[in-house]
Amino acid sequence: MEHNKKNSRRKFLNNGLKLGFVSAIGGLGLSHLSEKLNASNKTNSEDKVELMTTDGSLIQVDASDVVAVKHADHHDTKYNVREGIPNRKFVMVIDLAKCKNALKCVSACNKHHYVTGENAWLKVHKMQESKDTAPYWMPRTCMHCDQPACVTVCPVDATFKRRDGLVLIDNERCIGCRFCMAACPYSIRVFNWSEPEQGEMSEITLNMMDMGHENPSIEYAGVPSRKGTPDKCDFCPHQIHENKLPHCVTACPNGVFYFGDKYEDTVTNGEETLRLTKLLKDKAGYRLLEELGTAPSVYYLPPVNRLVDFDKGLENYSEFESVEKPKSVEKPE
Amino acid sequence: MKNHNTLLDNLAPRKFGNRGTIWVIFLIIVIVLGLIAYIDQVRTGQVVTNMRDYALWGIYISNFVFFVATSFVGSVTVAILRLTNNSWRTPLVRIAEIITFTSIVMAGLTIMIDMGRPDRLLNLFIHARLQSPITWDVIIIPTTIALSFLLLYFPLLPDLAILKTFYKKTKPKFSKWYGKLSLNWTGSESQKAIQEKSIKIIAVLIIPVSIILQTIDAWLFSTTYRIGWDSTNMGAYFISGAFVAGLGALVTMVFIIRKVRGLNNYITDYHFDKLGKFLALACLTYLYFNINEYLIPIFTAPVEEDIHLNSLVFGEWAPLFWFAQIIGLLLPLVILLFNKGRKPLPMFFVGLMVVIGSWWKRYIIVIPTLLHPFLPIEGVPESWHHYFPSAHEWIITIATLAMALLIITLFVRYLPVIPIQRTADENNIPSIKKNTES
Repeated sequence: MEHNKKNSRRKFLNNGLKLGFVSAIGGLGLSHLSEKLNASNKTNSEDKVELMTTDGSLIQVDASDVVAVKHADHHDTKYNVREGIPNRKFVMVIDLAKCKNALKCVSACNKHHYVTGENAWLKVHKMQESKDTAPYWMPRTCMHCDQPACVTVCPVDATFKRRDGLVLIDNERCIGCRFCMAACPYSIRVFNWSEPEQGEMSEITLNMMDMGHENPSIEYAGVPSRKGTPDKCDFCPHQIHENKLPHCVTACPNGVFYFGDKYEDTVTNGEETLRLTKLLKDKAGYRLLEELGTAPSVYYLPPVNRLVDFDKGLENYSEFESVEKPKSVEKPE
Repeated sequence: MKNHNTLLDNLAPRKFGNRGTIWVIFLIIVIVLGLIAYIDQVRTGQVVTNMRDYALWGIYISNFVFFVATSFVGSVTVAILRLTNNSWRTPLVRIAEIITFTSIVMAGLTIMIDMGRPDRLLNLFIHARLQSPITWDVIIIPTTIALSFLLLYFPLLPDLAILKTFYKKTKPKFSKWYGKLSLNWTGSESQKAIQEKSIKIIAVLIIPVSIILQTIDAWLFSTTYRIGWDSTNMGAYFISGAFVAGLGALVTMVFIIRKVRGLNNYITDYHFDKLGKFLALACLTYLYFNINEYLIPIFTAPVEEDIHLNSLVFGEWAPLFWFAQIIGLLLPLVILLFNKGRKPLPMFFVGLMVVIGSWWKRYIIVIPTLLHPFLPIEGVPESWHHYFPSAHEWIITIATLAMALLIITLFVRYLPVIPIQRTADENNIPSIKKNTES
């Protein structure tokens, strides 16, 4: 017993000594640091500059502390591409009853995202579940799932989910394994099998320079495209950022697409603004492949009480083409 | 097998003959062609392949899966037969170890060929995310490479020491190298104890590691929402498939090496008979999992899966599907049930059928699923609805197979393909210098 007590006391002393030693070193370091901080204040005390604070009071500041504010560019500084816009949750509602395969959404999307491959980001599917059920036209964007299969399987975090609900691609990081494409049950991803034909001095590159980006950046929606990486519908973050609607929404002549914020519980197609919950309730909204549990951000309204016959849409239908090829040598549109 | 000298003469590495030289030159030409094709692919992009947005993986991936599968043979024959004290494995283990090491190295290489941006390979480490099955692969493949290298190397030590003395006068340069590689092996009791213990540890370790490897390979597919991949059967199905593919590769290689090196006295009908029974067991296991994978879903298949299964069994993919099932599994199984079927020559054909069948089976697992998505394939050129590898893909894939064969050939050239020391020990042949036996 005696022996044990001695032992524990020795341990205690030993530990105490170590602790004391560590805190001594820490204290020394801290005092050094504070000395340095104080020193800089003392040395330049002669030149003071008068400044006005935001609430109107005048203050004096050391001249050496005055640093030019780096001029904020187009975006506000708090906007983080990977984080997205806080406290928003973007959703889309697609009213199948109104769609008659006008394809204006597709061409607008292709134009504004400089889609030059053979597979469009936004497509209109000709759907018919079985022989006896009615056929209908189904525009299909990226679902921007809340449980995105593509994000789960990405080995390098190149495709990511933002807090505002958008799923985007960092095509400067992507290694091109295409696992995200295999994982996506909606098959929405498009791969750049060769060097994309957007061109060095195309509108897209010029646009970016206007916005003050030297390098291509995902702030401009993952474009320009990069060889060996995938692209996909991005919900037009460049439009959202300017409080504008995505291109497909504004391009649709029939008001098929509604876009909005789930937290605000409103969606709009540019003409009418509706309560999201009420709309989904009244028209029995549903999501595509709900049973998989991917929790899409895109809702569909069933194709009931259609104004226009399904067959009208067949005029525009082409099974093997979704990106119109430029007929002349000039740049696409 | 009279004395130590003839044993050494028979088993020591031998220079290439004419055939051997031509064979190596042929393989190198194929590899160079593949390299040229690959460089072109990197420069112009994967547009040179026939992969497109729907068939987004092709033979690069199925070939990768094949290599991973054949690498399973090491753990099956070496580790399991070792732990179960099956002494007939002795003349076969080294070949199995060589196949395992080669396959897994080639698997690591082939998966990179499929990358759209091989220049960003390091991102896999810099930005690694543990939830992605690809990251699991990045961890398990190097682990398997390291382990299978040790599994090949440690049992080699006594043989390397033997070769050092064997070549002392005739080829001093070789002797020096073998000496260096043998890590000063003297055959002392303490060295033997360490070696024995190390091999045991590796043999125990390689079993879970290669089971994990096969399973992760299966999970690359079963972690997606794809019809035909999204199956809980996948892990076990891949392990049993690897059992078959690996043993098939071993049988084929053993036959060829035996013939080329004239090892009929060492690898006898007895060994082929045993291997045949082992392969039959593998085939039966695989058959069981095939029934689970393709027959049972018929009862509850949702529409999409029904379309998928139909196209495999009766439709577009039926010829390949049945080729893989019959040539790669059923016919070998039937042949192996007969005594005559387990003689060396029939076994060679069985092995060959199994290997070719297994290769196409991977193709059948990877590609048809991709062409059966949930939403209709629309708005893309007609050719995107189908897939068959392009010239680039074939050349590159054949080059990877050639590279595997070249690595195996070089191992056979410079290493004793049958463990000399162990053969001597088992047959109680005293070594000339009496330095190894006590």
